[in-house]
Amino acid sequence: MKEKTLKKKKKRLIFRTSMLAVMAGLVVFALVSSFNKEKAVVAEGEPAPDFQLEKFGSDGETIALSDLEGKGVMINFWATYCEPCKDEMPYMEKLYPEYKKKGVEILAVNLDSTNIVVEQFLDKYGITFPILQDENGQVMNRYNVGPIPSTFFISPEGNVVKHVVGPLTLDKLEGYLQQITPEA
Amino acid sequence: MNNITCECGHVNPEGTVLCESCGKPIENNQHIDGNNDNGLLNMRYDGSARRSQTYNRTSIDKIWNFFSSVKVGVWLIVITVIASAVGTIFPQEMYIPPNIDAATHYADQYGLAGQIYYQLGFHNLFSSWWYMLLLAMIGISIVIASIDRFIPLYKTLKTQKPRRHDLFMKKQRIFGETESSSVNLEQVKTNLKKSRFKVTEQDGHILAEKNRFARWGPYVNHIGLIIFLLGTLLRFIPALYVDDFVWVREGETAVINGTEGQYYIKNKEFILETYDEDDERFQEALQNNGSPVPKTYQTNAVIYERADPIVVGGDPELEKIKEDQLKVNHPLKFGSFALYQASYQLNEFKEMTFKIHDKNNEDSSYGQFTIDLSEPKSEYKLESGYRVVLDSYFPEYELKDGAPVSVSRYPKNPAFVFKVFPPGESEPEISFAGIGANVDATGENDYKVGLVDFDVRDVTGLTVRKDYTLPFIALGGAIFMIGVIQGMYWNHRRIWIKPKENGAWIAGHTNKNWFALRREIDKVIVDTGIEPPKDQQEMES
Repeated sequence: MKEKTLKKKKKRLIFRTSMLAVMAGLVVFALVSSFNKEKAVVAEGEPAPDFQLEKFGSDGETIALSDLEGKGVMINFWATYCEPCKDEMPYMEKLYPEYKKKGVEILAVNLDSTNIVVEQFLDKYGITFPILQDENGQVMNRYNVGPIPSTFFISPEGNVVKHVVGPLTLDKLEGYLQQITPEA
Repeated sequence: MNNITCECGHVNPEGTVLCESCGKPIENNQHIDGNNDNGLLNMRYDGSARRSQTYNRTSIDKIWNFFSSVKVGVWLIVITVIASAVGTIFPQEMYIPPNIDAATHYADQYGLAGQIYYQLGFHNLFSSWWYMLLLAMIGISIVIASIDRFIPLYKTLKTQKPRRHDLFMKKQRIFGETESSSVNLEQVKTNLKKSRFKVTEQDGHILAEKNRFARWGPYVNHIGLIIFLLGTLLRFIPALYVDDFVWVREGETAVINGTEGQYYIKNKEFILETYDEDDERFQEALQNNGSPVPKTYQTNAVIYERADPIVVGGDPELEKIKEDQLKVNHPLKFGSFALYQASYQLNEFKEMTFKIHDKNNEDSSYGQFTIDLSEPKSEYKLESGYRVVLDSYFPEYELKDGAPVSVSRYPKNPAFVFKVFPPGESEPEISFAGIGANVDATGENDYKVGLVDFDVRDVTGLTVRKDYTLPFIALGGAIFMIGVIQGMYWNHRRIWIKPKENGAWIAGHTNKNWFALRREIDKVIVDTGIEPPKDQQEMES
C-alpha cells in the first residue's frame, strides 16, 4: 500500500511538473515573440542586415553594407522635411573627415521621394559623406525605421552597437563613433 | 496520503467529501464543501476529491493549487476585463499619427492622464507583457482547473453504485419516503426505461441516469478555448501569420510590406464611386451626412514576384504573376498572401502646369511648363526663350517661423520657388508659387508664374495578410461551441430508489432544470405506489 502511494505521489509530481513546464514554455515563447516583434527586426547586439543602395548623384554607383566590412559604419536615416535631421547634419559633417581616417564610414540614407529637394539640401549644407537613396523605402522597412532621424552604429564586425531614435548632440555622436572605431 | 475507507467498504482518495460508491458524507471532510448537519448536501463535483486541495507539499503543488482555484480564475478574468476596458480610454499606439513619438504624444494630447496611461503601458496594452501574462495565466488556470475537476468527477461518476447511504438520500434536494407494502419496483424500472433512463440495479437498489455526457460540456468547452488560445499564439510565427499595410500611388510600383521583398504591386488605377446625390432613395440620408458617401472603391492592381535574388535596396527584376481588381471584401490572393482594400487618399498632386505672364495681365502668356511632382527637374526651358530654374520645392508646404518648409515627402500641398530668366537676361526674377499662393519676393517683378492646370492621382491603402492560424482558431471556436451546447441543452439527471422494509425511498439530483426532473419523476412513479417526492429546498424557504 505504502509503496503504491509513493509511486502515485511521484507520478503526480511528474505530471504536474511537466504540465507546468509545457505551459510555462508556451508563455515564454509568446512573451519573447511579442517582445522581438516590438523591438524591431534589427536589435542592438545583433548583426546588421546587408543592403545595397545607389549613391546620390553618382549615376548608378552603389554601396553595399557588406563592402564596408572591417570598418565601423554609422547609418543615418534622414529626410529633408525632417527638422531634427537637419540639425545633426552639420555635426556629422564636422566629425566625418577625422573618423573616415580612423576607419569609420557614414552612410546617410535619404527617404525623400524627389531628387531635387535632396540636391538643393546638399548644396546648402555642403555635405561630403555619401548619401544613399532609398526611394521605395526597402532599407527603411528592413531596419524597421519609424520616426526619423534614426541612427544605427555598426561595429567593424557588422553588429549593431547602438540604435538612436531622435537627434544626436555633437558629444553623443562622437561618443558613439568612438565605440565603433576599429582598433588600429 | 491517507485513503478513507467508507463503511460500505469502498476506499476513497483523500479529500473525498461524499463516498464515491454510496455517497455517505465522509465525516472529516464536510468543511471542504461547507456541508452541515442541517442543510442539503453540496453535490458540487459529486463530492469527489478534487484538486488536491489535499496534496500541498512541494512548491509545484502550491503553484498547481493556485491555478486550480476557480476563485483565482475568476479574478484573473475580472482583472483582464478591467484592463481591456481601460485600454480603450485613449487610442492605442497603432492609431496615433505615424512618425510621432508616443512618449510625448500622450502627454501632449491628454495631459497627466495620458502620461500615466503611456507609462503604465496602456498605449500598447494588447501586446504588453503583463496583459499577455494575464491571458496566459487565464489559459493555465483553465487547463489546471479542468484537469483537477474533470478526473475526479469522471472517476466518481464511474464508481458510483446504486446502493446509496441513507444520509445521502435524505439530504438530496428531491427526496421522498413512501410507507406502503405495495411498492412495485418492477413497474418503476419499466417506467424509467420508457423515459430513456439508464437503469442499474444492485440488490434491489435502483440508479436511473441520463445525459451524463452533459457534465463534460464545460471541459469540452475549455479544450476549445485552449485550442483557440494556441491558435492565437501561432500568430507570433511569421511563417504562419503576417499582418501589414501598404500604400501605393496610382501608376507606381511598390514593394509589398511583410513579404520580405518578394512581391511587388503596381497600382494601375484607383476608382471611387459615391452614392448618387440625385437619387431619391438616398437623397435625404446623403443630405444628413453632409459629405459624399463612398459606394465602392477599388484598385486595379498587378502583382509581381521578384525573380532575382533578393538584395535589400537593389533594383528588382520583376515577373508579373497576377492582375486583378481589388474591392472591399474581394481580396486579391497570391502565394500565401491576400491583399484587402482597406483605405485610400484622394487627389494627391501629380503634375502641375504653370505659365509665365505679365504681372498685371493674366491673359498674357510667355509659354508654359509642366512639373512632374514625382521627379521635378531643376530647370525648365520654354520655347519662348524664357528659362525657369526650380530653386526650391516643398512637397507639403507650410510656413514655419516665417520660412517655407515641407512637412512630408508627399505632394499634398506643393509649393515652389522659381527663378525666372527672361531671354537674354542673367538676373532672374524670384517668385514663390503654391496652391492659392503667389508671392512676389521683391515686389519689383514684371512677370508672374501662375498655375494653369494640375493633375491629381489617388493613393490606395491595402492590408497585407497571411493567415494560416485561422483553421486552428475556427476549430477552437467550433469545439468551444460544441461544449457550450453539450452543457446547456442536456441536463444530467439521476434518480435513486432505495427499497425499505416497509416501502421505499426516492431521491433525485440534476445539475440544472429541477422542474423538468420533478416532472420526469412524476411520470416514472405512475402506478408504482411510490409517493411523489418533495423539493426540500423549496420547503426550507
